[in-house]
Amino acid sequence: MAQQTPKNPEKHCTYVPKQKKSTKPYHNTPMLNELEKGPWPSFVHGLKRLAAENNMMVDLMGQLEHSYKTRLGYWKGGTVSVFGYGGGIIPRFTELMGSDGKAMFPESKEFHTLRVQPPAGNHYTTAMLRQLSNSWNKYGSGLIAFHGQTGNIMFIGTTTKNTQHFFDEINEYGFDLGGAGPCVRTSMSCVGSARCEQSCANEQKIHRLLVNNFIDDMHRPALPYKFKFKVSGCPNDCMNSIQRSDFSVIGTWRDDMKVDQKEVKAFVAKKGRKYVVDSVISKCPTNALSLNDDDTLSVDNRNCVRCMHCLNVMNKALSPGDDKGVTILIGGKRTLKIGDTMGTVIVPFMKLETEEDYEQLKEMAENVIDFWAENALEHERCGETIDRIGLVNFLEGIGVDVDPNMINNPRVSSYVRTDTWDEEAEKWKERKAAG
Amino acid sequence: MSEQAAQPRSPTESGCPDGFQYMHPAYIKNYGQWAYHDRPRPGVLHHVSKTGDEVWTVRVGTQRQLGPYEINLLCDIIDKYADGYVRFTIRSNMEVSVTDEKKVAPLIQAFEDAGYPIGGTGNSVTMISHTQGWLHCDIPGTDASGVVKSLMDELYDEFVNEQMPNRVHITTSCCQINCGGQGDIAINVQHTKPPKINHDLVANVCERPSVVARCPVAAIRPAMVNGKPSLEVDEKKCICCGACFPPCPPMQINDPVNSKIAIWVGGKHSYARSKPMFHKLVAAGVPNNPPRWPEVAEIVKKILRVYKEDAQNWERVGDWVERIGWPRFFELTELPFTKFHIDNWTGARNSLNASAHIRF
Repeated sequence: MAQQTPKNPEKHCTYVPKQKKSTKPYHNTPMLNELEKGPWPSFVHGLKRLAAENNMMVDLMGQLEHSYKTRLGYWKGGTVSVFGYGGGIIPRFTELMGSDGKAMFPESKEFHTLRVQPPAGNHYTTAMLRQLSNSWNKYGSGLIAFHGQTGNIMFIGTTTKNTQHFFDEINEYGFDLGGAGPCVRTSMSCVGSARCEQSCANEQKIHRLLVNNFIDDMHRPALPYKFKFKVSGCPNDCMNSIQRSDFSVIGTWRDDMKVDQKEVKAFVAKKGRKYVVDSVISKCPTNALSLNDDDTLSVDNRNCVRCMHCLNVMNKALSPGDDKGVTILIGGKRTLKIGDTMGTVIVPFMKLETEEDYEQLKEMAENVIDFWAENALEHERCGETIDRIGLVNFLEGIGVDVDPNMINNPRVSSYVRTDTWDEEAEKWKERKAAG
Repeated sequence: MSEQAAQPRSPTESGCPDGFQYMHPAYIKNYGQWAYHDRPRPGVLHHVSKTGDEVWTVRVGTQRQLGPYEINLLCDIIDKYADGYVRFTIRSNMEVSVTDEKKVAPLIQAFEDAGYPIGGTGNSVTMISHTQGWLHCDIPGTDASGVVKSLMDELYDEFVNEQMPNRVHITTSCCQINCGGQGDIAINVQHTKPPKINHDLVANVCERPSVVARCPVAAIRPAMVNGKPSLEVDEKKCICCGACFPPCPPMQINDPVNSKIAIWVGGKHSYARSKPMFHKLVAAGVPNNPPRWPEVAEIVKKILRVYKEDAQNWERVGDWVERIGWPRFFELTELPFTKFHIDNWTGARNSLNASAHIRF
């Protein structure tokens, strides 16, 4: 865990200024000091630099050290919002009171976070990063997390009064609060089309279309519980949308993948046949690949499930097809309350080319949120509603027909009433006939 | 105060900002046109467009929580040695792109001189996704920044090199809600004792029916305690999940000794090869030991060492364990297998071995 000696100690992540502008004396922080050691950039150096500037961070370090010593957290929530909004701020008040009933660390007794939506794809100019940092330095602790787990820029640590001032300032130059509480939350999309060859969708457009359509449901929390959209441009799902979002949009394609046989041969020549067989051909989950005797590749496209493995490995030789679109999965979430659920396929393929196509996606999201908001129990995520009422009732509620792509296998239990079988079979035939 | 100043400002509900206004010009020009990429060295991605344009992207590890000093330090480097554009990955790494290959080495040198590691690409152990912990959360069982810092110090070489069978995503979470998400290795708080209830406060602070409804195992019921309306917990039923604590802070679940850490493996969200998987419990009862959590680091490093030795090319941790089987995993990692590893939640029978498929 050796730490290298910096060439220029004043331009280094370990720099802590000798000059102290904050007026409150530093607290003794032996445990946090331990985290200044080691090669990874330390948040403790960052906290100390801020504590040299302002008293709020002096006391914040005092409270954090106290947590390290006692192994307990000491923040409680409350109600803080900006004018016109009901959410987007995480209020924090200290619980550490001395025997006199006063806060032990009074300068950081109010330490609220503002959740702010980053630009789609998390792109910044250095000028904008500096501008955000300057605004926060003016009205808050100076500490910013890039980014929180839902995807917000988190401006950590300010007083109730300054939440409004800070918001007013950044809102003037184009930034808006994200979600907190039972509402539509801030979304995330991958780098996608901006810098990735696997992208099958316009992630930025989908991301902003969906989330900005529900901006009222984000700023005024009135839903049963949180609702998250996430957008990944391909089935590598870099945004972890299937596990972490209620409405997951994943780019895919439905024609044949593209194979550049010249590049396949070059890959085989470079890596060797054994590598290609062991690491590509035999790793295909549906045995859809075959290496030919002349070192070209055959692909059984009807059985390719778009898992991305061969495209990831033979990046230059293989690419997604031209008929691109998205798969939509609904109901992903983590443990609380019924246990983890993955998103499940609701729309196997939706073309997103024309404005009408995008309108269809928006309507789909509206139908899902309307039905869920109407029918969910309090504090019930969309995936839990589906679990409680069954997928078929959910599909009827949002007006989507059943599709065998929605299941791993048909039911195994015979305990089901099938007296309308003929009608249902007829519906299937009609849909097939309509194409 | 003038009348105008007293009038509160109405927000502009602009929502998610358009990313294009901050995007590298080469990204805009080649939007949707990229052909392929390779990695000339760990921490550097080289993308080639169908237009013939190329960009080199340097990935930089950060401490996630940034202040004005480091924002300016990093922006100064990006302005001087790159093109003034930066993006962040989902795991708090910065990505700085240049269109001139000659700029890559000086850019890397400048970041390294400032103490920031270059890596996290391909089959490396990338930055750990982390939550808020004691710094800001209202219900944390542990810290997040400290756990991540300690582990990234230990795994530094794995960040700056690409030596793993496939990419490794590690996550941390400070309570069982698991904001950190799924990971190849997940390090999460696991409480082991029921909440301690401050009955004097419950009636004033908690909406009791909501708290009763929140419990996943129906172990909470309304009760009169010392003449006051409160809640009581059937401790035989209680699974110590802490779900009652956020809506009812007088039901304190966090405990300096009994809030432990559990380690889970095999989560993955990519669809490559196998379908996405949830992580599974492999170790619990690990002490929550600030400031450096050495017991956690020891187990994580052990799992990574065995995975590195035993997995095939491109197998994620979850793929690898599925191939070799769980008995072999526990044998190789020397972690004890206990009754707690056998699931008993809804759907648990799907996790049992309903076959005679056994590796000897």
